Amino acid sequence: MTDVVSESKAIRLKGRSFLALVLTPELPFEDWLARLDDLAARSAGFFLRRPIVLDVQNLDVDRAQLRTMIDQLTARNVRIMGLENARASMLAPDLPPALTDGRAASDFEPPAQSASGETSQTSQPQPAYEREPSHNHFATAMPSLTVTEPVRSGQSLVFPDGDVTVVGSVASGAEIIAGGSIHIYGALRGRALAGTMGNASARIFCRKLEAELIAIDGFYKTAEDMESELRGQAVQIWLEGEAIVAETLS
Amino acid sequence: MGKVIVVTSGKGGVGKTTSSAALGAALAQNGDKVVVVDFDVGLRNLDLVMGAERRVVYDLVNVIQGEAKLAQALIRDKRLETLYLLPASQTRDKDNLTPEGVEKVITALRKAFDWVICDSPAGIERGATLAMRHADVAIVVTNPEVSSVRDSDRIIGLLDSKTLKAEQGERMEKHLLLTRFDPARAERGDMLKVEDVLEILSIPLLGIIPESMDVLRASNVGAPVTLADNKSAPAVAYFDAARRLKGETIPVTVPGDKRGFFGKIFGRKAA
Repeated sequence: MTDVVSESKAIRLKGRSFLALVLTPELPFEDWLARLDDLAARSAGFFLRRPIVLDVQNLDVDRAQLRTMIDQLTARNVRIMGLENARASMLAPDLPPALTDGRAASDFEPPAQSASGETSQTSQPQPAYEREPSHNHFATAMPSLTVTEPVRSGQSLVFPDGDVTVVGSVASGAEIIAGGSIHIYGALRGRALAGTMGNASARIFCRKLEAELIAIDGFYKTAEDMESELRGQAVQIWLEGEAIVAETLS
Repeated sequence: MGKVIVVTSGKGGVGKTTSSAALGAALAQNGDKVVVVDFDVGLRNLDLVMGAERRVVYDLVNVIQGEAKLAQALIRDKRLETLYLLPASQTRDKDNLTPEGVEKVITALRKAFDWVICDSPAGIERGATLAMRHADVAIVVTNPEVSSVRDSDRIIGLLDSKTLKAEQGERMEKHLLLTRFDPARAERGDMLKVEDVLEILSIPLLGIIPESMDVLRASNVGAPVTLADNKSAPAVAYFDAARRLKGETIPVTVPGDKRGFFGKIFGRKAA
């Protein structure tokens, strides 16, 4: 039995991560800026078209000083897309938004020092951040997370790297967020969000479907939109185009 | 060293205070030394249920803030000489409970008593988290209805993460006490079934307490139900729960269930 859970077009809530270059300004700012100019002089356009985040953790400046700093960077074609570790008092609507939960990635290769001061882009080694094409990403072995206890109301299990397996039930008011598929050997009474990092082939499996909300790759359905025949059944759920499809497991 | 028990639920009005008093009195009737601690600072009730409201001089907050000694705040029950109450303050609020202060009080009580029963306030804030913090055993009080069950599930999650035992990587021993069970409503299907609650919460069952006028009558006269009328159905259920808490294996009977009824008669004859 295959059911299209609902015909209405769902709103997409996609998650995606990008690699940004993080600059950590130091005081006195003029000195730091001079060093930055020196770096930029070695490679014209090094900062151009790159997403750049300003880490202001140990920077003892107020909002006005920060605004001046960002203006000076903008004048150098260094456009700041976000602020990391900013105090609330530093933020303002006209300043870049605050970013949180950044994860460390490999460092950027600075432009090589060359005697002439002009460096051709072609001679540079490939920047370390350029990973293999991402369409292979899910084909390689994925990490998985196995939980052998019931997931309780109010608990949120977030595993963006791969599949989540729960040997037990997921309570009403609990949620599982996985980059890959979600397998629940018990009743799913809470929320399950699979393929959240942009994986449309992720699926949700559960022994007993009583979910409050299910989502795959940003497409979601609430309990109200789900076929009532599926409730209480062992079910697998996947995405066909933009429709969430479910089938009982026999 | 005594055992510290937290009686908790998340939701209010499910029977935490009634159960704390009833289990405390049941354990004390075996000769065990028991103290029941009211953590509901600002909304204290345990003194009323235990009939000690006119004898409160000092309270938990006084002890924590060093205004009174522990021995001055403890109230001995007039009917059972091994049963004590540590009342909460009615005039202060829960911010007066400090983690260090609570730890000191619990450590001292643990040395002097066989059982320290912490009656948790409703909610998941400071009062509730401090009440469960030092517990060895948790009794999760739940009514057979969906909101109570979901709140209990939330509390179980907190018991497994926010308590000292959980932080030390040990497992908190948890028991389910199903209270206000109404056989007539269960018959009509108006309530969650016992097996449904057990399936959702998946912790062992300590007992099922039937909904009964005896409970209300007992709290109105200021006596734990296990003292007011120890032959009443809720009292018998609490006595059984107390024996299970001490490690005895007694089959749980579902109130109103025919087989359970016979089982109860035989169970009592054998006892």
